[in-house]
Amino acid sequence: MSETPDTPDTPAADTPETQTPEAQAPAAQTSRIGVDSWVAESEARRSRTPAALVSRGLERTPDALKLLVFVGFAASVPYWMSQGDLFAFGIFTLFYAALALGLNVVVGFAGLLDLGYIALAGLGAYTYASLSSPKWGLNWPAEATIPIAMAVAALMGLILGFASRRLLGDYYAIVTLFFAQAFAYFTNTTDPHDITGGPNGLPNVSPVTFFGHALTSYKQVYYLLLVVVTLLAAATYFASKSRTGRAWRAQRDDPLAAEAMSIPVNRVKILAAVKGAAIAGLCGAILAAIVGAAVSTDYSVPFLIIIYAIVILGGVGSIAGVFLGATIINCTLQFLQPQNDHPSVERWLFYGTIILLVLMIKPVWRSGLVLAATVGFGFAVHAIVDATTTSTWTSGVPQSAGPWLAHWAVIPSTDPSTGLNHGNFNNIIYIGLVVMVIVTASLKGWWRLAALVPTLYLTVLAWENLLAGNGGITAYLLFGVMLIGLMAKRPQGLLGKAQVEIV
Amino acid sequence: MAESVPQAGPRPLLELRGVSMSFGGLAVIDDLDFVVNEGEIVSVIGPNGAGKTTLFNLITGLYRPDAGDILLGGDSLVGLPPHTITNRGIARTFQTLRLFLNMSVIENVMASQYGRTKVDIVRSMLRTPGWRKEEREIRERAEEKLSFFGQRLMGYRWNQPAYSLSYANRRRLEIARAMATEPRILLLDEPAAGMNPVETHEITEIIGELRERGGYTILVIEHDMHVVEGISDRVVALDHGVKIAEGTFEQVATDPRVVEAYLGTKATATK
Repeated sequence: MSETPDTPDTPAADTPETQTPEAQAPAAQTSRIGVDSWVAESEARRSRTPAALVSRGLERTPDALKLLVFVGFAASVPYWMSQGDLFAFGIFTLFYAALALGLNVVVGFAGLLDLGYIALAGLGAYTYASLSSPKWGLNWPAEATIPIAMAVAALMGLILGFASRRLLGDYYAIVTLFFAQAFAYFTNTTDPHDITGGPNGLPNVSPVTFFGHALTSYKQVYYLLLVVVTLLAAATYFASKSRTGRAWRAQRDDPLAAEAMSIPVNRVKILAAVKGAAIAGLCGAILAAIVGAAVSTDYSVPFLIIIYAIVILGGVGSIAGVFLGATIINCTLQFLQPQNDHPSVERWLFYGTIILLVLMIKPVWRSGLVLAATVGFGFAVHAIVDATTTSTWTSGVPQSAGPWLAHWAVIPSTDPSTGLNHGNFNNIIYIGLVVMVIVTASLKGWWRLAALVPTLYLTVLAWENLLAGNGGITAYLLFGVMLIGLMAKRPQGLLGKAQVEIV
Repeated sequence: MAESVPQAGPRPLLELRGVSMSFGGLAVIDDLDFVVNEGEIVSVIGPNGAGKTTLFNLITGLYRPDAGDILLGGDSLVGLPPHTITNRGIARTFQTLRLFLNMSVIENVMASQYGRTKVDIVRSMLRTPGWRKEEREIRERAEEKLSFFGQRLMGYRWNQPAYSLSYANRRRLEIARAMATEPRILLLDEPAAGMNPVETHEITEIIGELRERGGYTILVIEHDMHVVEGISDRVVALDHGVKIAEGTFEQVATDPRVVEAYLGTKATATK
C-alpha cells in the first residue's frame, strides 16, 4: 500500500509517538483481523520499503514546496521544448489543469455532480469573444473582459445553483446537463441577430493583453497559463483548508448532520458551484483568447468527458491529482492525434502499456509464459492464414509498428489494386476482441491465462488494423479502459484519498 | 457560559407547547408540553417507538411540527432551518451516529464551528491575518472540547479519520462536535448505547461534568436506567407520543403507567 499522500489534509509533521496497540504489532500482511485500512496504511508508512520511504518523504514535504518544485520545472519547459510541442503538450496540459481545478472544487470538494461545467466555460468564452473582438465594435481590453466573463459564468452558476438548490444529487446533474445541452444548441444555431455566430462561432478574438502588451507567442501564453494555474491551485488549496472547505467536506459526508452542526448546506453548495463556475469562465475566456475564436463544438460533451476523466483519474478532491491527471490525459490525447510530431511514441505507449499490464500477473514467470505463448500463437495463426488464403490477407502494412510485424500479425492489404475485398475483417476483429475481453474477465486461474493469449493477439490486430489510425476514437476507448481499470484497482484515483461510505 | 449555580427560581430555557406531529395519519407526538429549565439535566425515557427521537428532530428543526410551538429562551424556533436553530443554541448528537467519517477527529470538531465563525472564502483564499487568527481560535476551541474526554480523544487521535474510531469514541466525538457549536442546551440521543459497563459509568460522569464544567443544560434520551438514575434532575416518560409521567427518577420509575408501558398490563403479559 504505497499510498502517495498529497493533498489537503495531512499536516504530517507531528507523527504520533504514542501508537495504537494495533500499530505496535509487527508489520505483516495487510487485512489482518482487527486492522482497518487506516492502521494498515500508517504501518505501511512506518515500514522501510522504498515505496514507504518515498511516500513518507512526500508526506513530510510541505505542500508549498511541492508546488514550488512543480512551478520551477514547468517554468523551464519552454526552454527545451519545440514550439509545436509547447502548444500541444505545455499549453494544453496547463489549460486542462486549470479547468479541472475548478471542476475539482465542485465535484471533489463539495460533491456536486455538475454536468454543465463545460457550458459555463463556453459562456465565459462567448462573453470574452463578444466583448474583446470587432463583433460589436467593442474591442475592450482583456483586463476588463476577463473579470466580466468570470462574473457572467459565476452568475449562471448561481442561477443554476438556485434553480436546483432544493434538488439533491442526481437532480442537480440533470439540471446542469440540460443547461449544457441548451447552451450547445443555442450557440450552434444561427439566430436572426447573429449573437453567437452559429456553427462558425465568433472569430477574430483579441489575444490576452497585459498592460498593453498582447501575449501572442506560445511562450507568452504558456507563462500566462502557468501563472493562472499556480494562482488557482493556491486559491483552491487555501479554500479547502478553510472553514468553508471543512463545511464542503462535512456536507459531502453527511448533509443532515452538517445542517444540524450549524452549516447552511444549501449555501455552501451554491458557493462551491459559483466558485467552480467563475474558474470555468476564466478558463473559457483564456481559451477563446488563445485560439482566437469561440466555437460551439469546443464546449460540448467530449470536452466535458476529458475534464471529468482528468479529475477522476487524478483522484477526486486532490489538487496534485488534477495536475497528474491533466498531464496523463493531455499527453495521451496529443500522441494519438493523427498528425503529431512524434509518430513513434504512440507505438511505444501502446506496446509498453500492454507489456506492463501482462507483467502485473503474478508470479512473474506466468506473465513470461503468457507473452511467449502469445508470440507463438501469432506465428501459428499467421502461418495458417498464409497457407489457406490468398496472399493479400497477410500482405498489409501495420499502422504503427514496423513492417516486420506483418510476419506475425494478420494484416490484410488495404491496397485497392489487389481487387480483393477483405470485407468486415476489422469489425470482426474488433467485436472478437470485446468478446474475448469479457470471456477473459469471467474466467479464473489457468483458463484465464489461456484466454489471455488470443485476447492479446486480437488487441494487437485491432490496434494495427484499425485503432492506431483513428486517434480520436482510440483516445476515448483508452480513457474508458483506463477508468474501468482504475475503478477496479484504485477507486479513489491515483492521488485521491479513499472515501469510506458506511462503517 | 453560565455558571451552574442553581437558580433561585427555575428559568425555562426550552419550552414545548402543545406540539403535535404525525406521519401519514399516524400521530407520533401528540399535544406534548414540557419545559427544560436552565442548568437542568432532563431525561426522556420510553419504549421503542414512543417518539423520543422524533421529539429531538422536532426541536432541532429537522421536522416541522403540525401544531404547537417550540421556544428557546422565549423565542419560537418553529419554521427555522436546522442550522439557524443550532446557531440559536441547540446542539444534538445522533442515536445512529452521523459523524463526518472521512474527516479527521479534530476536523469534525472544527467543522461544527462554522456558524460561530465569520471569515469568508475570499479572505480564506488570501490568507489574511483575520483568517489566521480565527483559524487558530477554531483549532484551540476544538482541542479544548476534545480534552473534555480525558485522554480518549487526545494527541495522535486528532489526525485519525473519524471512521477509524471505536464505537464508544465515536459517541464521545459526537458530543465534542456538538459542544463546539457552543450551544446553550445539549440534546444527547442515547449517549450510552453500545458502551460497556465501564464506559457507561464514564459517560455518566461526563454528562454530569458537562453541566458542572461546561455549563450546559442537557436533555438526554437514554434506555440505560442506571444512567438515567445517575444523571437526571427530572425524568419525562413518553409512550405513543404522549407524556405519561414526569418527575424525579423514583417517581417516574414507580409510576404504574410507566411500568405498564414498558412491561405491558397483566392481561397482555399472561397471553
